[in-house]
Amino acid sequence: MKYKAEIDIMPLKEILDPQGKAVKLGLKNLGLPEILDARIGKHITLEIEAENKGAAEEKVAFACKKLLANLIMEDFKYKVTEA
Amino acid sequence: MKFGVVIFPGSNCDEDMVHVLQDVMKQQVVKLWHKDTNLQGCDFIVLPGGFSYGDYLRSGAIARFSPIMKSVIEHAALGGYVLGICNGFQILTESGLLPGALLRNKDQKFVCKNIHIKAVHNNSLLTATLDTTKPMKIPIAHAEGRYFAAEKVLNEMDRNGQILFHYCDENGVVHEDHTLNGSIRNIAGVMNDQRNVFGMMPHPERAAEEALGNVEGKAIFESILSMIATKD
Repeated sequence: MKYKAEIDIMPLKEILDPQGKAVKLGLKNLGLPEILDARIGKHITLEIEAENKGAAEEKVAFACKKLLANLIMEDFKYKVTEA
Repeated sequence: MKFGVVIFPGSNCDEDMVHVLQDVMKQQVVKLWHKDTNLQGCDFIVLPGGFSYGDYLRSGAIARFSPIMKSVIEHAALGGYVLGICNGFQILTESGLLPGALLRNKDQKFVCKNIHIKAVHNNSLLTATLDTTKPMKIPIAHAEGRYFAAEKVLNEMDRNGQILFHYCDENGVVHEDHTLNGSIRNIAGVMNDQRNVFGMMPHPERAAEEALGNVEGKAIFESILSMIATKD
């Protein structure tokens, strides 16, 4: 079976995100001072060959923990669906 | 003492490091290709600066899985010396050989200039013979140099003397607002708790020769060699 994973990786809340801060300023300059905060992360999609959804999720979690995210600075969430 | 300088795709300070170790410090040096797994009997492995794998995903994240890193991690586990400069430091934190992580600079800029650092203590190979009261002028060149670790980890590192260098001003004063990249506690360099793996963002290899107009980084190489000579 083929599965598709949609992964979101975000900087941890307690860590300053300078990119998000700069974008927030840009939004304010655009005339949107009501946007109170912006944080920027990464969106990654993967195609996976796996026996079932559970096995695919296990592979995605392993990929996130070992390579795609650095848990010292980021957290991640993902959704796996049939491709 | 045999030094090995690892070359990853995108390393760009490897030749400078080889030159300083070989021609300035008169040591035996070999270049190690990242796809190899044989460390060729080197006692001291250096991971140089650069942009390994284009800094994709996160600086150092992909290089950490290069074949040679398995051997480097084994070498470190057996007590062998490993030093990472700049991108090499990022690779060492990504591999878990050093605590913490290196984040995007606070002000989003790539900072390339001479700055000052000060050794925190003399209880390490890199800092043994340095003057802890005297600031050293050394260049930095990075966009991801904001050292970060959880408070609990930092306190433990502090207790173990794992923090090696602080950023400071030209008079040696460490200010909260003086870090150029936003590093927590002004940290510019650290080591592991076994005291054989070292990482620093500044480039001592770019400041080790009269011809370059700055020799203040040479003291770090001299410290390494004098300590190793004592052990031999």
